[in-house]
Formats: sequence, C-alpha cells, structure tokens
Amino acid sequence: MIRALASLIRRDLKLGVRAGGSLGTAFVFFLAIAMVVPFAVGPDLDVLARIGGGMIWVAALLSSLLGLDRIFGADAEDGGLDLLLLAPLPLEAVVAAKGIAHWLITGLSIALAVPLFGILLGLNATTVAAAAVLLLIGTPAITSFGLIGAALAVALPRSGMLTAVLILPFTIPVLIFGSAATQSIAAGEYFGTPVKLLLAVALFSFVIGPVAAAAALRIGRET
Amino acid sequence: MRLTASGISCVRGGRALYDGLSFSLSNGELLLLTGPNGSGKTSLLRQIAGLLPLDAGSIVFEGGERSEETHFVGHASAVKDALTVSENLSFWCDLYGSSGALKGAALSKLRLAPLAPLPGRVLSAGQKRRLALARLVAIRRTLWLLDEPDAALDAEGRATLLEIIAGHRARGGMAIVSSHTTLNVAPSQAIALGESKETVAA
Amino acid sequence: MPRTPRMKMSELANPNRFMRFSRWMIPLFAALALPLLAYGFYLGFQAPPERDQGYMFRIMFVHVPAAWLALGIYTVMAVAALGTLVWRHPLADVAQKAAAPFGASFALICLVTGSIWGYPTWGTFWEWDGRLTSMLVLFLIYLGIIALWRAFEEPLLAAKAVAILTLAGFINIPIVKFSVDWWSTLHQPASVFRLGGPTMHAAYLTPLIFCALGFSFLFGAMLMVAMRSEILRRRVRTLAIFAAQEVR
Repeated sequence: MIRALASLIRRDLKLGVRAGGSLGTAFVFFLAIAMVVPFAVGPDLDVLARIGGGMIWVAALLSSLLGLDRIFGADAEDGGLDLLLLAPLPLEAVVAAKGIAHWLITGLSIALAVPLFGILLGLNATTVAAAAVLLLIGTPAITSFGLIGAALAVALPRSGMLTAVLILPFTIPVLIFGSAATQSIAAGEYFGTPVKLLLAVALFSFVIGPVAAAAALRIGRET
Repeated sequence: MRLTASGISCVRGGRALYDGLSFSLSNGELLLLTGPNGSGKTSLLRQIAGLLPLDAGSIVFEGGERSEETHFVGHASAVKDALTVSENLSFWCDLYGSSGALKGAALSKLRLAPLAPLPGRVLSAGQKRRLALARLVAIRRTLWLLDEPDAALDAEGRATLLEIIAGHRARGGMAIVSSHTTLNVAPSQAIALGESKETVAA
Repeated sequence: MPRTPRMKMSELANPNRFMRFSRWMIPLFAALALPLLAYGFYLGFQAPPERDQGYMFRIMFVHVPAAWLALGIYTVMAVAALGTLVWRHPLADVAQKAAAPFGASFALICLVTGSIWGYPTWGTFWEWDGRLTSMLVLFLIYLGIIALWRAFEEPLLAAKAVAILTLAGFINIPIVKFSVDWWSTLHQPASVFRLGGPTMHAAYLTPLIFCALGFSFLFGAMLMVAMRSEILRRRVRTLAIFAAQEVR
C-alpha cells in the first residue's frame, strides 16, 4: 500500500513538474500579491512592514486555493479517477496522497517564496523565518480543507470559483492562528498558544479533509 | 470465482434503463452486452464495478474480493499526456499492487514496446486505447469489465484484443464486454439492452 | 406505456403523507406564531427603557431570536444531511434544501439588526466583535451551501454533495467559532456593550422568549411551505421527463 501511494505521489509530482504542470504558478501568484499590496496601501515601508505578517497569510491562503479544482478534475476528465476509485486501496489514503502531491507543488513553494515576499514588503528576518516555518504547518491544513472543495468540484462542470467560496470559511481558523503566531513571534511575545492551536487545527484538517473528500468523490461518480 | 447479479435495476434521469436484470458468470465465461447508445451498457458495467449504486437487486462475488479481482476499462483511456507510455503503465501496476513483471510482455503484446519512451500526448486514439488494454495483461485480475474495448482500434488491434480475451478465458478469467459493433468474442452469454424501449416507441 | 421505475414511485409515495400532514400543520404553526410574536412584541414595547441605551434595546427581540434560529437551522440541516446520507430518507434532502435560504435570511437579519443596534450604542455599524464575525462566517457558509445547491442539475446528486458539505461545516463551525472568539479577545479588550447572559431582567427575558418561540413557529410554517414547493417542483421535473419519454 505504501508503495502504491508513493507511486501516486511521484506520478502527480511528475505531472506537476513537466510541461503543462502547475509548478511555479502558486509561487508566482503569491509574489504577485506581494507586488500589488503596495499599489493598494502605498509604498510606505513602515506601513507595509506592519501589515506584512498578516498579508503573507492572506496571500498564502489565496494562492493555495488556486487550482484546487484541478486536483481531481484532470483525472476525472481522462478517466483515471474511476481507476483510482477502483484501486485496492482505501480511498481516503488515495485522496490524502493526492493532497500531499498538490501541497508539495503549491504549499511548499509558497513557504519557499516567503523570503522574497519579506524583502518586497520590508519585513524583518524574524518575521520572515517565523512565517516560513508556520506556513509549513498552515498550508497543508489549507490544502487538506481544500480537498473537500476539490472533490465536490468533480461533480460540477464549471466550479473553479465555487470551490474557493465553499472552502474559504473552513480556512479561517488557519488564518487566525497562523497570522497571530507570526505576529507574536515578530513582536517577541509569547507565541505558544497560537502555534499549538494552529497545530491542532492542522491535525483536525488532516482527518476531516480526506474523509469528507473521499465521501464526496464516491457520490460524485454516481452520475 | 463466480459473479451473480440478481434483479438489478438502473434508473437514470428519471427513467429505468433496465429493471430486474439477472445473470451469472463463472470462470472462463464471457458475457456480451449489446444495445444502442444510451441503452445502459456503460451503466451496467459501472454498477458491476461498484462505481454506480444499484437501484434495486444485488451483485454477489463468490471466491474473491471485487476490489482485488476486477479490471475496468471505460471509454476514456486514462493516459496522462505528460507521462511516457512506460510510466503510464508502471503507475497503474504500482497502484493495483502488481509487481510489474508482466509489464514488458504487456507492452509487446499490444505492440507498444517501440513507443515505451514516448510521452502520452503523441499517441493516436488507437494507441491510447491499446495502452489502456495493456493494463489487462500487465496486472492479473479475474474479472474484466470492458466498455466498448474495440473503439478506435484498427483491424490488427481488434485481433489482438480478441486474442488477449481468449487467453484470459483460457486461464479461467471472466469478462463482461459491451459493444455496439459486431465484436466476434464468442460469448457464452449475451444480453441485449434497450429492448424495452423499442416497445415504448411502438 | 413506459415502465415506471420503482425508485421514483417510492420517492413520490412517501412525500404524499407529508403533503397531507403539512396542509393542516402550516396553518396551525402560523396560527401559533402570530399571537406569540404579537404578545412578545407587546411585552417588549411595554418594557422599561434600559439604563444605557434607552429604547434601542427593543431591536433585541428580533436580533436575538434571529441569531438563535440562524444557529438552530444549521443544526436542523445537519440532521437532515445525516438523514440523506445515512437513512436515505426522501424528505431529508427536501428539508435540507428548503431550510438553507431561511438560515441565510435569519443570519442576515441578525447581522442587519445588529448593525442598526450597533450604530447608536457603539457608534459604528460594524464592529469586529467575536459574535458578529462568527455570524458573518455562518452567513457565508449558508451562501456557499445555497450556491452548491444551485450548481447541480440532478437533485439527488446535489442532495448528497450538499449533505457532505453541511456535515463537514457542522463539525467545523465550533472550531471557527472558537478561533474567532479567541481572535477577537486578542484584538479587542472587551469594550463592547453586551446585553444578555443569565442576569437579564425578567421584563426583557419574557418578551424575548415569546418572540423566539413565535419566530420558531414562523420558521416551521415557512419551512413546510418551502418543502411543499420543492416537492411539487420535483414532481413537475419527473413528469416532464416522463412526458419527453412518451413522445420518443
């Protein structure tokens, strides 16, 4: 089973990296948000530095929601989804494996883009380091909730925006605790509580995301 | 292994495609499904595979687990454009828990060996279809559910298909094959779907 | 004659009982709702002015029941979602679909009355207070559920998809609520005036309870009306499909 799931992750990574894949899209989109913020609030680096810690999380959330509907959409189109459903594996595990592959292509690259984001918005090294580490906890949680929307999207032909709308409320706790932890660390305050709560929400998302997404995929095929 | 369907029904979009369908299949047998488009051949195969819930009746597998013993080849070939022919097949071998030892044999059987290092996007529809059929050979499973497997195949491809089906049955395998053309598979049973609709129209 | 599928017959058969039963339940609920609301509002207008905000508190008799119902209706929908997925009850998804717009409406009423109440008392239409923020999130979840219903063509498939989303939301809403409360206490040292809690005076509490009961019965009556229309809408759809078959 581990071999089968590893193979699935490897395949999805190949698909993401090769021509037509989505590697880099989230990275670029994340930085594009960093670029548009100063146009909206003005180029004052003091102001930017003050809101930057929170903006990182908003940008990460939006970038993570990008392309969610493709997680299962591509497989649904070429008939591969039926074969994934029929594979002698728990569907929840298949869904989780696809989520991991999606995160490695989007979420991980977002965390890696944080230093550049920090330079653009004049953030200090502590904030950048804290945000990068916390995003490694937060973005998998966002992807995990996103799996639910991705699975619902399979049954719907034109669903890109809807997926994001459905999933946004689910991600609010990640945003709250992630951003609060980043700002506490940046301000040199006690950050144990938000970090622990962020971890708790992430663990919760790792359970509910694959379970609900697998249920949605099963019913979505019944058309 | 034995597959028994009793009294199964399928309701799609408010109308019954078939109602109270029963059949039974044992080792070495082949069931041919015929009927016009939209008569429910695909729905029946998806119900047997477990992709679609039964609206009535039951399907029983004796002597095996459905998830461990079934191959499903649908209309779409599930070939990824960005992966090579070889990678496409290896992936399904891994996912379906097959060692991949038969992979080489499967590729040469379906005349895909020379194409192995090429990406899926350069394949023709017939070649993609053959790659989907290569799964049948590369991964050993007892029950084959084939939805119009001859679609897009040329005469030579069709001959190969008949050959692998015959080999499968000789090894004690079972198959349910749908076709709206005359596919000469020597069925042991046949079901013609869409009969009831003719009477409706009359 | 076309053969009538068995599934569809059971689907139509069971709601028949509901159609009969709701025909007299709707007037009954409405008849209960109106005097309860009238008496509740009457008592509410009799209540003495509040020390800090004068007569402005009267909006509470709409605001608070709306908040309770917005939460309660989601619970009803979650139970109906279980009914769809687990017990496969044919009325469950009708109830679930019919309830969603009412949930959204009560959440919106709660937000709007809160705003109107907030302006003279807090000096602003919107405050990022924990309760307001959670209600806004709940309102967005309702809108998402309604949007998902509208996105599907086939009602039975829609029912199952929405049921999964509703249940996932039901598990998640307490977490969202907790995180929003945590967040608002972090940013907002309790400067906000809060009427409520067990210390509320009977002069306010009694009319509030009457109003809450009245609104609940009103919701019950409206829900049944909406369920009847949904059942009829599906019958029309099924009949249209049969009619199309006849012609062929």
